[in-house]
Amino acid sequence: MDKKRIQRNAKDHRRGITMQGIYLDNNATTKVDETILAEMMPFFTEYYGNPSSIHQFGERVGHSLKKARKQVQALIGAEHDHEVVFTSCGTESDSTAILSAIKAQPDRKEIITTTVEHPAILTLCEFLEKDGYTIHHIEVDNKGRLNMEQYKKALSDKVAIVSIMWANNETGTIFPIVEMAEMANAAGVMFHTDAVQAVGKLPIDLKNTKIDMLSLSGHKLHAPKGIGALYVRRGLRFRPLLRGGHQERGRRAGTENAAGVVALGKACELAMEHMEYENTTVKALRDRLEKGILEQVPSCFLTGDVENRLPNTANIAFEYIEGEAILMLLNKEGIAASSGSACTSGSLEPSHVMRAMDIPYTAAHGTVRFSLSRYNTEAEIDKVIAAVPPIMERLRKLSPYWSEQGPVCEPEKSFNPVYA
Amino acid sequence: MWEYSEEVKEHFFNPKNAGAIDEANATGEVGSISCGDALRLTLKVNEEDDVIIDAGFQTFGCGSAIASSSALTEMIKGMTVDEALKVSNQDIADFLGGLPPEKMHCSVMGKEALEAAIANYRGEEWVDDHEEGELVCKCFGIEAPMIEEQVRANKLTTVEDVTNYTKAGGGCSTCHEKIEEVIAKTWEAMGETMPVAAATTTPDEDLVPLVTPEPVAAKGKLTMVQRIRKIEETLEEMRPTLKADGGDVELIDVEGKNVYVKMTGACSNCQLAAATLGGIQQKLIEALGEFIKVIPESEKAKLGAA
Repeated sequence: MDKKRIQRNAKDHRRGITMQGIYLDNNATTKVDETILAEMMPFFTEYYGNPSSIHQFGERVGHSLKKARKQVQALIGAEHDHEVVFTSCGTESDSTAILSAIKAQPDRKEIITTTVEHPAILTLCEFLEKDGYTIHHIEVDNKGRLNMEQYKKALSDKVAIVSIMWANNETGTIFPIVEMAEMANAAGVMFHTDAVQAVGKLPIDLKNTKIDMLSLSGHKLHAPKGIGALYVRRGLRFRPLLRGGHQERGRRAGTENAAGVVALGKACELAMEHMEYENTTVKALRDRLEKGILEQVPSCFLTGDVENRLPNTANIAFEYIEGEAILMLLNKEGIAASSGSACTSGSLEPSHVMRAMDIPYTAAHGTVRFSLSRYNTEAEIDKVIAAVPPIMERLRKLSPYWSEQGPVCEPEKSFNPVYA
Repeated sequence: MWEYSEEVKEHFFNPKNAGAIDEANATGEVGSISCGDALRLTLKVNEEDDVIIDAGFQTFGCGSAIASSSALTEMIKGMTVDEALKVSNQDIADFLGGLPPEKMHCSVMGKEALEAAIANYRGEEWVDDHEEGELVCKCFGIEAPMIEEQVRANKLTTVEDVTNYTKAGGGCSTCHEKIEEVIAKTWEAMGETMPVAAATTTPDEDLVPLVTPEPVAAKGKLTMVQRIRKIEETLEEMRPTLKADGGDVELIDVEGKNVYVKMTGACSNCQLAAATLGGIQQKLIEALGEFIKVIPESEKAKLGAA
């Protein structure tokens, strides 16, 4: 798509909407594209028929679903359109994949995943562990790169499924999924990838890989929340999560979310058109943001595999400050970002991804993720670059671990708490 | 984002008394950078009359940690150290117009830093009775050790029991599975087999008669007189148990869904008063067949004033 036009869209995207501010939390969710919204609207009041019905009301919807399936197929490079199964969200796709694999292969009692996976996978695995499954959590180094030796050793004929994310949602680190799928395939093990962050940002060509299943989610690529898809390789042994009607060839019962499916289809088509823009212009904006912040703020650094990341994601660890306080001050400036600090999630520990990477304790509570989209502009990024340094300075002034000369040396020694 | 009160936001965005004060003669430090929050409280105390002249804080932590620190320094300035020691973490939270349950530990940190600073002023050593465990119930801020303790002491077997004793699980119910796990683990640790389906049998006589399996009464709407009578009956049933612990409860008023009670005797300043209130509330909800809220009488004055 024409670069100028996309940039003009980005500048105009606020017309008619009341929320003001700079949205840099696109790995959490994205704005629904106006074109996508327009495409799905008639499916509520005009083309509202049930696609399973014989009459004209249903038939029209059936055709639209077929078109959407082809649009999704094209983006992920699937060989057949019927390999795409529509679901309600990324989490449903993930659960369907794993539960299908273990049901279909009852004698295999092991699962391989990673320490930095999304809760959609980790929590399910924890639950299966109680049912007697052995879960191998592949570890990462301090750059967030997977331990391939450990992975190789874990593969065996006892493993029902490998489930590894294509790109990490917090750091944007990309994993060597194509290679890992080949290794699994050679060992005779099913391979699933949670690609909700990667789809639309990285080129994916499933027909030339050994990936058996892939999860994607609509609301990460400018479609609305409540629609997702699971790619299931043709011929793969499959057990549905929801049983009932014959929808999705019996692989996912329940009346289709027609408007959502149409939106997801359109979103995939647009993602394809914007792929280059995402990897050039959005990436350049991300790099500009990082450079601007790192140059001005002392004691901060990028986390994850910096050379090998999603083009839109920047995760910066600010030492001696706590993430939630940063987010509240950013929010006051109209800037939306997210943090891996304990306090934003209500738990007592910082994010499992930061802990897995062994981020120094001085910084683990102060990580901030900025995730961009094609709607962000250079002017916005420059505003953020100007807003961040005073916020960090202000919070560090409040901190007992920071003095006028910078961080206090050996913070744990200069600060003598009664308990720790 | 959390639902912070306006007071919390005000104390976070415009903190009072930030920084260490000069000529401090008392310092209290709690927390650590690895835990995600830490507070250094410095005080200047007049040694003649023990009045706190000035207070300053340095805090590493989230919005509510900074707000709690700021609030604490504002509250204690002008107090004598003895008066300041009476400030509870609940007082700090109240000063801030309340804190989300998951953030109550921020006010606890303030309270502890204050105790540590005053101990430092007096040349004493402050011993911390800080017990932290996994946060199980986020709605009521109940941690695993508290649940384990109650399961052990009262041989609790169901989530419902645990809710009655500790309030844990009485809110959004997300933690019910977790509570079941804590119960199972505690029984395992006790080396005993957990009686199955205990919830449907009559509890042992020496236990609080909590779960009465009689069906929830009153489908139709009760009149106010009927409601009050029901409440009195229910409180009467619970009275022997409370008295056994040297306490009592008195019904003060009923306003819509709010039931105001007065805790007397040992109950009035018992650490478990909140848990007891939770238990009473649960019983009343069952008896009345409607949702009500049990509120201590002392809170009523505050609500009225607000």
